[in-house]
Amino acid sequence: MSYSEKVIDHYEHPRNVGSFKKEEDGIGTGLVGAPACGDVMKLQIKVSAEGIIEDAKFKTFGCGSAIASSSLVTEWVKGKTLDEAASIKNTDIAQHLALPPVKIHCSVLAEDAIKAAIADYKKKSGSSDEAVG
Amino acid sequence: MLHMTAVNGTTNAGLQRPIYLDYQATTPCDPRVVEAMLPYFTEKFGNPHSRNHAYGWEAEEAVEQAREQVAAIIGADPKEIIFTSGATESNNLAIKGVANFYRDKKDHIITVVTEHKCVLDSCRHLEQEGFKVTYLPVHKNGLIDLAQLEAAITDRTALVSVMAVNNEIGVIQPLAEIGAICRKHHVFFHTDAAQGVGKMPLDVNAMNIDLMSISGHKIYGPKGIGALFVRRRPRVRLQAIINGGGQERGMRSGTLPTPMIVGLGEACRIAQAEMGVENERMHALRDRLLTGINARLPECYVNGDLEQRVPGNLNISFAFVEGEGLMMGVKDIAVSSGSACTSASLEPSYVLRALGLDAEMAHTSLRLGFGRFTTEAEIDYAINHIVEAVSRLRELSPLWEMHQEGIDIKSIQWAGH
Repeated sequence: MSYSEKVIDHYEHPRNVGSFKKEEDGIGTGLVGAPACGDVMKLQIKVSAEGIIEDAKFKTFGCGSAIASSSLVTEWVKGKTLDEAASIKNTDIAQHLALPPVKIHCSVLAEDAIKAAIADYKKKSGSSDEAVG
Repeated sequence: MLHMTAVNGTTNAGLQRPIYLDYQATTPCDPRVVEAMLPYFTEKFGNPHSRNHAYGWEAEEAVEQAREQVAAIIGADPKEIIFTSGATESNNLAIKGVANFYRDKKDHIITVVTEHKCVLDSCRHLEQEGFKVTYLPVHKNGLIDLAQLEAAITDRTALVSVMAVNNEIGVIQPLAEIGAICRKHHVFFHTDAAQGVGKMPLDVNAMNIDLMSISGHKIYGPKGIGALFVRRRPRVRLQAIINGGGQERGMRSGTLPTPMIVGLGEACRIAQAEMGVENERMHALRDRLLTGINARLPECYVNGDLEQRVPGNLNISFAFVEGEGLMMGVKDIAVSSGSACTSASLEPSYVLRALGLDAEMAHTSLRLGFGRFTTEAEIDYAINHIVEAVSRLRELSPLWEMHQEGIDIKSIQWAGH
């Protein structure tokens, strides 16, 4: 399988690798996928008092496309509001990385990871505004 | 050291092709094989079935010499060797041929879940035609249970088909013991020896093997040629798949491809002459590779029995690192992954699953295959390259992080998708 240049770039130079302490204030953690399926993504967001995502980190177990999808979304969510971040679509990710059809599930997983991280943040911070997405 | 340009990064400088560590997929032709073949493309181009002139005689002589060389490496009589297009055809012919010939009296076949796809698919095909097939499981080490095999044999069993050496994990099935059981119950024993010939001593008489599939391109011969050993005493009869001029005792019609056959013969001659020395060297390379990896990486597991195994294969699960992601990171070496993410299905290798490996471990495996042209320096390069890639990807892996924190990954409720 040949990968697009963007996938290779993210795979070889992943952005924002790492972890925040889950219990810290303002941190939302999304853990999606399953080891048995060959993909697990952990995406974390750090949300400011104003509700802006000021930082994001990820760790991913998966193929190059999965790593690239999660690396890309950490770049994309930074500086966005929760609602803006929640509106990122897997099709945008897939298109940007030129993922082939068999790798679309990687972009779906990355979208799920954003949503899961936002949901976790909202649950922790007790905010009860309407559901995202 | 040629390949060291790439040692600090995941990119190859572009000048070198990756180091070839996929010898179970195919092998390069030995230059001696190519040299032996060449005259039979040009000046010695005759049809070996032409009985009326010297062109034909010359080609026939070459074919018969090759037949002797193929027979010799497995202790067979040259008359028992049928040339085919490769092990896939040999396996099809052996399984379907025996099943169809004896179908009036027998309708049962026994094989193993870890067989090559062409064996399993031939059996599935026969099932659709009304045959019954028993698929024996394997132990965690990849080997079958002999008692289970014997218990599965009935008076309706026509054939037992068990591979000599597994293509993914390199384990050697107990052929002599299987042969003894089959002979005792008067059941034919076929073995797919595509990965075994030239890598381990094989003797069709001592092992009571009735049919054996052989491949050219797995033993430094050309692609597109193989052979099937078909025992004459006691006689095994086959219904041909390819009908025509009645060549190969009527079991496989079609003009014999003289250059390919000469290549297969020469490949067998070399393999037989050099097996001892070569195996010793392979063992040393295997130990060097395994020790080198284990010394620098924790949580690496060899899949399949390490003792009952051909020395040119290691199949290793690098826990917490996904196989396809790993393949991308080790692109300076050409290897295969047990993770089937490369195909459209998300199912990991059925061979590794048959060992009882969890899907997540099956997803983390690499098959490292080396052979005649692999050097110590290449093994050392591969060790460095693999250690670096695995270490880097583990830093990226949420599962490795959890493992470091003492979290049991199995205790987590994964959503699945």
